[in-house]
Amino acid sequence: MDITEVPVSQDNKGKKKKNKKPKKKIVKEEGNGEGSGVEKKEVEKMEKSEAAAAFPPTFSVSEIKNKQRRHLMFMKLKQEKRMQKMQLKKKKKKEREALGDKAPPKEVPKTIENQRVYDETTVDPEDEEVTFDEGTDEFSAYFNGLTNPKVLITTSDRPRGRTVRFCEQLATVIPNAHVYYRRGLALKRVIPQCVSRNFTYLMVINEDRKVPNGMVLCHLPDGPTAHFKISSVRLRKEIKRRGKDPTEHCPEVILNNFTTRLGHSVGRLFAALFPQDPQFVGRQVATFHNQRDFIFFRFHRYIFKNEKKVGIQELGPRFTLKLRSLQKGTFDSKFGEYEWVLKRHEMDACRRKFHL
Amino acid sequence: MQHDDVIWDIIGNKQFCSFKVKTKSQNFCRNEYNITGLCNRSSCPLANSQYATIREEKGQCFLYMKVIERAAFPAKMWEKVKLSKNYEKALEQIDENLIYWPRFIRHKCKQRFTKITQYLIRMRKLVLKRQRKLVPLSRKVEQREKRKEEKALIAAQLDNAIEKELLERLKQGTYGDIYNFPVHAFDKALEQQDEESESEEEEDEEEDDEDVGKREFVAEEEVEESDLSDFEDMNKLKTSSDEEEEEESSEEEEEEEEEVEMEVETKASRSKGKSPANGAAARKKRAYVEIEYEQETEPASKSRAT
Repeated sequence: MDITEVPVSQDNKGKKKKNKKPKKKIVKEEGNGEGSGVEKKEVEKMEKSEAAAAFPPTFSVSEIKNKQRRHLMFMKLKQEKRMQKMQLKKKKKKEREALGDKAPPKEVPKTIENQRVYDETTVDPEDEEVTFDEGTDEFSAYFNGLTNPKVLITTSDRPRGRTVRFCEQLATVIPNAHVYYRRGLALKRVIPQCVSRNFTYLMVINEDRKVPNGMVLCHLPDGPTAHFKISSVRLRKEIKRRGKDPTEHCPEVILNNFTTRLGHSVGRLFAALFPQDPQFVGRQVATFHNQRDFIFFRFHRYIFKNEKKVGIQELGPRFTLKLRSLQKGTFDSKFGEYEWVLKRHEMDACRRKFHL
Repeated sequence: MQHDDVIWDIIGNKQFCSFKVKTKSQNFCRNEYNITGLCNRSSCPLANSQYATIREEKGQCFLYMKVIERAAFPAKMWEKVKLSKNYEKALEQIDENLIYWPRFIRHKCKQRFTKITQYLIRMRKLVLKRQRKLVPLSRKVEQREKRKEEKALIAAQLDNAIEKELLERLKQGTYGDIYNFPVHAFDKALEQQDEESESEEEEDEEEDDEDVGKREFVAEEEVEESDLSDFEDMNKLKTSSDEEEEEESSEEEEEEEEEVEMEVETKASRSKGKSPANGAAARKKRAYVEIEYEQETEPASKSRAT
């Protein structure tokens, strides 16, 4: 009996590790020695595992109770999968080489940007409705050259050193910007005063735990109000390989990747911060780059080495913004009409859906 | 029976009082009916059978009084009197209710009442001012956002994007004439030069066969300074031309033939090396200068020239 059974079990053991074989064998033999009942069980087991060996394992690795063995089986499984993948790759590569020019073009790898869920509010460059809207919205005055931007930068109550320095640096980056200390004034009272003094923008940097973490950007003669979350602020001295301080020239503005309607309005919000005619002599550029709903702000000085190469050197502070809400009128948290609000549960559910 | 002294003797100093809070310098009393908040013989509500306090409930002030007659009825021990909202009237009410009471309690009641009204006023003022709203942050969400931001930063490739944008703007000409390398013009100029050089090389090769044996009477042309490396060459130029004028005609003829040959050879050799941007005009003038050089490089021609 033992002799007939052992070769069968050896086949099964091909599945498991070699060092298990002698153990199992011994166990089996002992089992066999015990009694017919045990033998029957073993026969059944053999049959099962025979079946298992014959077909790809219909049992999942998680059904094995023993942790070590389970781990080993899992590792084996992974290894097999990896080998298969490598073989497939090699085969494909060979085919490609064999075909040479006729080979099908390389597949483009999937990125989040490729897989982005199409947003129906994406702006078409020729869309008339959009151009009409933009011609008549709150920024039309600026874009038609009627108003010059004048920015008031302030903070929340009792700002700490970091926030204060951040505000100062922002004021150097944005031409015609003034920093004022907030003496506990309510924003609703500040706004009419600003309007009367011909400010076009109100920027409030909110502070939490000695670090700036929020920004309210309000376009003044009843323009839209945007509330952002600020993250990763780097002040000037923390930037490596930076250039000298920015000069008083008006910088150029680069707005990247603002595709949807919402993105467009936010983009215009940023564009209207800077004066319309940049001074190219200064060779400074402020960039607002939108990637996956994060807006990265950078301030550089550029120099053209030749017509194919440009060198850029970072000056100025850098920070990241994430839009939290966009409100129609000026700042009014209670009765304001919100155009867009970030709702975490709904909007964060899909990884490939973006709004800006 | 109410033995205040005995009570005070026990709870005041010797044994435990659950309302007492001890600090380094002072003892406080946490009893809600205590008028001053300190643990004293005169302010202890347990050790005084005749006692009064002011307490505030939802913005309303009440005067509480305790007398020894009701000491046996704990549920009815404290008499509650609602005080008027008007500060002066309330003070009068206190006086009226606590007439014939010990001076200490009267005084302390009024003090407490004043303090309470003051803080109520402050509360009302603060509500009108800006309220700070505390928003709870979920750590999981914040971490997730932070990670997403990092990935987005890597995907953005900011430097490349900015450089690309700037170069595009340069191409489109938004910078006008500030920069000296307007792209297309430069490239075109380069291309033109390349074409010229190629065409001239071809011409030279053809003329090699044609010009041999031809006689040309070459006139003096204006010296182009760009062709001459320095003014010494200019002198040489003149001297060589003088010398050649003095020579006999036969030699002139020979030389002219050779000139032509040299000319062609020099042209051929030079055109391959340098950019012949000067064209045909310089050729004839060069003949005078080049012959001398040619003598050095090609010994065969030397014999003929001399």
